[in-house]
Amino acid sequence: MLLVWLVIIPVLFGVLAWLAEGLSPRLPRAVSLLGLALELMLALVLCLEPAGGAQLGGGHAWLASVDVPWIPRFGIHFLLAADGLSAVMVALTALVGITAVLSTESEPPRRPGFFQFNLMAALAGSIGVFLALDLFLFFFFWEAMLIPMYLLIVIWGHENRYYSAVKFFIFTQASSLLMLAAMVGLAVVHANVSGSPSFDYFDLLSMPLGDTTAFWLMLGFFLAFAVKLPMVPFHTWLPDAHTDAPTAGSVVLAGILLKTGAYGMLRFLFPLFPEASAQFAPVALTLGVVGILYGALVAFAQDDFKRLVAYTSVSHMGFILLGVSAWNVMALQGVVMQMVAHALSTGALFMMAGSLQERLGHRDMRRMGGLWTPAPRLAAIGLFFAVASLGLPGMGNFIGEFLILAGTYQHSVWAAAVAVTGVVAAAVYALSLVQRSFHGPVPEEAAHCRNLSARETIAMGGLGALLLWIGLYPATITVLSEPAMHALRSFAG
Amino acid sequence: MINAADFQAMTPWLVLTGTAVVVLLQITIARAHAASALLSVAGLVAALATIRHAAQAAPRQVTPLFTVDGFALFFLALLLAGALVVVLLSVGPAGASSQRRGEHYLLLLLATVGAAVLPAATHFAAVILGVETLSVALFTLAAYPVFQERSVEAGLKYLVLAGVSAAILMFGIALVYAGTGSLALSAPIAASPYALAGALLILTGLGFKLSLVPFHLWTPDVYEGAPPTVTAYLATVSKGAVFVLLLRYLNTGAAPAALTGVLAGLGVITMLAGNLLALQQRDLKRLLAYSSIAHMGYLLVPMVAGGALAAETFGYYLAAYFVMTLMAFGVVTVMETETGERDHSLERYRGLAWQRPGLAGVLAVAMLGLAGMPLTAGFVAKFYLFVAGVDAQRWVLLAALVAGSAIGLFYYLRVIGQLLRQDAEAAAPRTGTFPLGHTTLWALLVLLVYLGVLPATLVQWVQASAVTGLF
Repeated sequence: MLLVWLVIIPVLFGVLAWLAEGLSPRLPRAVSLLGLALELMLALVLCLEPAGGAQLGGGHAWLASVDVPWIPRFGIHFLLAADGLSAVMVALTALVGITAVLSTESEPPRRPGFFQFNLMAALAGSIGVFLALDLFLFFFFWEAMLIPMYLLIVIWGHENRYYSAVKFFIFTQASSLLMLAAMVGLAVVHANVSGSPSFDYFDLLSMPLGDTTAFWLMLGFFLAFAVKLPMVPFHTWLPDAHTDAPTAGSVVLAGILLKTGAYGMLRFLFPLFPEASAQFAPVALTLGVVGILYGALVAFAQDDFKRLVAYTSVSHMGFILLGVSAWNVMALQGVVMQMVAHALSTGALFMMAGSLQERLGHRDMRRMGGLWTPAPRLAAIGLFFAVASLGLPGMGNFIGEFLILAGTYQHSVWAAAVAVTGVVAAAVYALSLVQRSFHGPVPEEAAHCRNLSARETIAMGGLGALLLWIGLYPATITVLSEPAMHALRSFAG
Repeated sequence: MINAADFQAMTPWLVLTGTAVVVLLQITIARAHAASALLSVAGLVAALATIRHAAQAAPRQVTPLFTVDGFALFFLALLLAGALVVVLLSVGPAGASSQRRGEHYLLLLLATVGAAVLPAATHFAAVILGVETLSVALFTLAAYPVFQERSVEAGLKYLVLAGVSAAILMFGIALVYAGTGSLALSAPIAASPYALAGALLILTGLGFKLSLVPFHLWTPDVYEGAPPTVTAYLATVSKGAVFVLLLRYLNTGAAPAALTGVLAGLGVITMLAGNLLALQQRDLKRLLAYSSIAHMGYLLVPMVAGGALAAETFGYYLAAYFVMTLMAFGVVTVMETETGERDHSLERYRGLAWQRPGLAGVLAVAMLGLAGMPLTAGFVAKFYLFVAGVDAQRWVLLAALVAGSAIGLFYYLRVIGQLLRQDAEAAAPRTGTFPLGHTTLWALLVLLVYLGVLPATLVQWVQASAVTGLF
């Protein structure tokens, strides 16, 4: 039941927030915060469940599960289950959700209740993605979270919102349909082997597949996850969507939605198609390395604060693709760390972009500079997250990137060697970001930039503290995810 | 000889035909709009209620013309329900104020009689009777607002189209008869070259009705010109009935590979062209016309795949398509009824979400459904298409389906984007209210979400109808 509540609570409080709009424009935010606090508590309860509490297949230590028949005709179940990986991701979602709610501008947006509803619905969809182990159900949540995200961008977004929202939607949807075809393909193969179709993860894990079939089906899954991640060359939706999304939308997009792609790769790619994925790994590895370098270089060339941060995501997600392709426990642990750290640091940077936009009315770094003088707290926190993003030791990002690079080294020396230069490139864009916005002479229009408010300081400070915590004591996360990573690793020979 | 069991099996059809006669008499006695509407609703509900009764006698061959089986009854129920919604949407204040509208219901009922014949038809005589009754009623309906130039134009276009397609259809039937010596739908298509040529002509004739590309040119003009309730009827009941007929014909006549190849080709170009042409549209009714063309292309996927799973897929998809399309045209109808404005360019829907959130919400959900997004029946329907396509290993069709769906998102999202625009001028003032229209729309919305979240019941029905059918 715990898992069902985890999905229901955000929806429930989202609806309540929508209703609360009629009473006061500030109430919806409080309702969302309350719901997400509850969600976070439940997620922590899930993290503390004894491993093996739920008996399922896959050689896993599952923490909890729910299984109810849904569409018997196709062997579709409402099957939710959580291992350490899911638990970490759900807790992260609640945390990023709280940040997103706190990051909404100090003035409530137009239709604040509907805004909060969409935010909560997007979170609920991604929590569903992290918990669903029936392929149809997974796809259901995977698609369902698109709609609120689209609405968030289109209603509350910036300049080019109609274009960006549609681009985001179509990129993800087109690739998802390929995944749907691949899922149905798996179910049909299952029907041919055993007489009845099944979308159950555990049924499909052990199913023998022909080489060609496996390759094409794997490609269907891979494309959907790669677009969401996003992987170069399918990343072009991301800078647009991020730039035009409202702050809270960007935080959720970077913090959670991108992670659903990474999670999908971990959960489905190698486990369902061990040989085909291993065969494909060199291509993915190369694209990962290209993504790291390309994202970093393009980020450096941006003048828009938010667009720069968006491109750093492309670079950081390249590391995740690298770790997944290497597929050893060290790299996989790195992937989990990188997901958590990237969600926290990039979420904070997007929040910073929102704060700047609110104060200056634009995000153009050519018209910024010297903000350290009028707004020292803002600039200091900006510096903190910029160096976190470049992978300074002591923060979570360093642990993630280090583990991924070390794991990749065991798999492929050249890939690790080239990828490590991405860390240098990261220093270039991160420091240029700091210099151009916070140092130098103060332009006239920015001279009266307000410092961070208490709300913003608490939200960003909290993220910073967490980032430091997992940087200094990464075992908090790795202990939870380790059994799951060992089990996932065991799928590929 | 026809016996009692035959009558039992045909009850819904008899009730429907009886209702048409009763409404005809009522109009000759007293032209009361409310009475005609009430009688039509009562007749359609009664016909729906007798389906269970008829099912007890099914499956049964009634004369060589009709077969009443699970397949026929399922689609009959769907067509009747669709017609019922159209009737409910017609009962607006604009209709009540007009003295000429009693005939609207009579013509709708007559068209429904024609449509209802088609799922049960197993003989070409029944096919011609059904198709012609449907067409004659429909072009009259389209042109009925005779003071509207565009409606007359629409009616005339549909009349020409109906004539041409009927001619082609009958020539095809003649060739089939020449080739096989039988007018039964089950006459084997592959038996002789005449029969195959005939089947191709039949496909062409019906293709005009279904507006498959390249036989689609009439569709947007007629959709735009006809009154919205008539357009809704054209897009759902009329096309659905013809498609069901085609499904039965191809399955019982054992379509040879050459014919399925043609169908697959038509499917690919219909899916792609329908969606691509929809991108250019600035008028909601025209956009929906092209979207319906694209959906007819999607329905060709199970048609090509063939077999029991195909009939099942077809049933689910058609039901979902009915609900979504009726919702979309329902919003158009309510808008027209409440503002008296006949122009449905997308501009007029700009910012509707902020002025009429309920109506805009229904339209947005209908668009998401047509785009195949989850939480709506459209999602399960699209899933069914993938199952049918993958199961039959029709990769080219699937690729066209994926591409078509992705293109489709552009214009469905454009409609939603227009609804959400915040720079709109004041909307046209409301000159009336249409509570029944709103109630109908909300009922459809609930149904759409219900079928999307808990599809198991409908899945069971379509499965049963496909199994006890002729396959």
